[in-house]
Amino acid sequence: MARHQFNISRSADSVSAPPSSRELTTDTVFRGIAWICASLIIVLTACLLFKIGAQAVPAIRQHGLGFIFGTTWDVSRETFGVLPEIWGTLYSSFLALLIGGSFGVAIAIFLTQEFISPRLAAIFRTIVEMLAAIPSVVYGLWGIYVVIPMLRPISEFLNAWLGWFPMFSTDLAGPGLAPAALVLAIMILPTVAAISVDAMRRIPYKVKEAAYGMGTTRWEAILKVMLPTASSGILAALVLGFGRALGETMALAMLIGNSNQINLSLFAPANTLASLLASSFPEAGQIEVQALMYAALVLLAITFLVNVGGLAIQQYTVRKFEGKR
Amino acid sequence: MIPVASMVDDDAAMAAAVRAIPRLERQTFESRALKSGLLTTLTWAAALLAAVPLFSVLYMLVVEGGARIDLEALTALPPAGFEQGGGFGNAIVGTLLMVGIASAIAVPLGIVAAIYLSILGAHTRVARVSRFLAKVLTGLPSILAGVFAYAAVVLWMGSYSAIAGGVALGMLMLPTVVLTAEEAMKEVPQRMKDAAFGMGCTRSQVIWSVVLPTGLPGILTGVMLAVAGAAGESAPLLFTALFSNYYVSEMVEPTASLSILIYNFSAMPFDNQISLAWAASLVLVFMVLIINILARLIGQPKV
Repeated sequence: MARHQFNISRSADSVSAPPSSRELTTDTVFRGIAWICASLIIVLTACLLFKIGAQAVPAIRQHGLGFIFGTTWDVSRETFGVLPEIWGTLYSSFLALLIGGSFGVAIAIFLTQEFISPRLAAIFRTIVEMLAAIPSVVYGLWGIYVVIPMLRPISEFLNAWLGWFPMFSTDLAGPGLAPAALVLAIMILPTVAAISVDAMRRIPYKVKEAAYGMGTTRWEAILKVMLPTASSGILAALVLGFGRALGETMALAMLIGNSNQINLSLFAPANTLASLLASSFPEAGQIEVQALMYAALVLLAITFLVNVGGLAIQQYTVRKFEGKR
Repeated sequence: MIPVASMVDDDAAMAAAVRAIPRLERQTFESRALKSGLLTTLTWAAALLAAVPLFSVLYMLVVEGGARIDLEALTALPPAGFEQGGGFGNAIVGTLLMVGIASAIAVPLGIVAAIYLSILGAHTRVARVSRFLAKVLTGLPSILAGVFAYAAVVLWMGSYSAIAGGVALGMLMLPTVVLTAEEAMKEVPQRMKDAAFGMGCTRSQVIWSVVLPTGLPGILTGVMLAVAGAAGESAPLLFTALFSNYYVSEMVEPTASLSILIYNFSAMPFDNQISLAWAASLVLVFMVLIINILARLIGQPKV
């Protein structure tokens, strides 16, 4: 009998061998580096909070909670309040969610419920994803030269006939809330559509078969079975889309008109926290920068809460369909 | 033999039974079918309408920007006030430089962090927390990355700079790189890793020789999507890199970028600047879409 092959650690025709001590050291060092990189994400997030927070401390001391409920932003008198900006941020994002959300969910249904062949669906999906790839500033430019001129006659008509209704109480003189919200809706549509498609795809195929087997029409199946089953995923899509809308900056800074007022009218200029930062920061002096840091902190808090809420719902959806991992 | 009379009876009974069955085929004008048809039409309309903005943007870019694109626009310096001609060569260089800095920070850091999240310590507390934070950071408003870079880099170095702009963009790229690279590395089949471990590989050797090469297409897709996103960002550059009318000569000075040029020129009352803004948008969108499409081609599952 030949000697047992496994006793020879480096035989001619095998590459297997126990690691040398040098390889073991390299392994330990590399694993250490990987751990550091992973922890760096945590450190970086903490750093982000700390840096913005530290810069905002003087303004927080000086203005306190009055900052959030104040309505004037006057550098010369050093009075700062961001209530109009908070209102504008929430109002524009809400309008964008209303439009972008309904279109996004409709597209998710369109892509997942056999309206078109899978090949065409893939192409259409790419088109929707390309909407997300176009830079915000290009949407801003497009909004100025396409959306505002397009909306102006509509706003004049609505204001003339329905001017008593608070949402149409002004017409569109130039930039304003409506073009900003419309462009914002286009920008969040891909987010809502992508997460909703994901939610619809998670529904087991047998659920749909069971519905059709009961003799439902396509839309009875969608409305009474598919949508309720995917509801938590779609809710996550809407919340995360809302989060996107809250933080969107450039297109809004170019389209919303940067005017500190609280107005229900769709066609009046308004302002958002992000576009306040974008338009005031580059030219701000010491005192105003501190106030702007406070505003940044408020924006950070709002988006953080909305995003964590959306992620929690999404997590819940995944667990519901895949069991706890 | 079956009696003739009973056969006749059976036929009659059968006919009655058939008549009693409700009509199961689709009735076009039944209210359920009408409702279904109406909603289908609406969905088609919504889907087609949603594609309109993309084509409108592309049309405007090609018509307005295409007319202005020439060698001068791609290489010359931005014009001032009433000046005619000019271009945005320095902005193209600035954008490439800052995206390069951002990638140099975010790509290695992101991929190595993803290695920890997907393989080395997938279920440790550090991994759970940083994965969650990476997801939260994908929703970070881009302007806040700019505020952070301003507070951390601009105030520290005492000057607006390409480095500060790069840090802000890197902050935005990092979560995308981490999460997509993690996904890509999780897709590597366990049996390939097991085979490598069976040969006596250390964990690092398994990662470098098996997991990274196998997951490379997916990782590259994520990196390129992040790069495309960063190239189009403008909010984080507003008060980190600022803008400059000249070619970049050193790292610690205000630096031009395409997106800020578009933002500045869009608000100017001069036709020359506005047409340059369209041309710059065309270049920017062209760059971003090309990277996006390449990323998709690389990442496509091989069938």
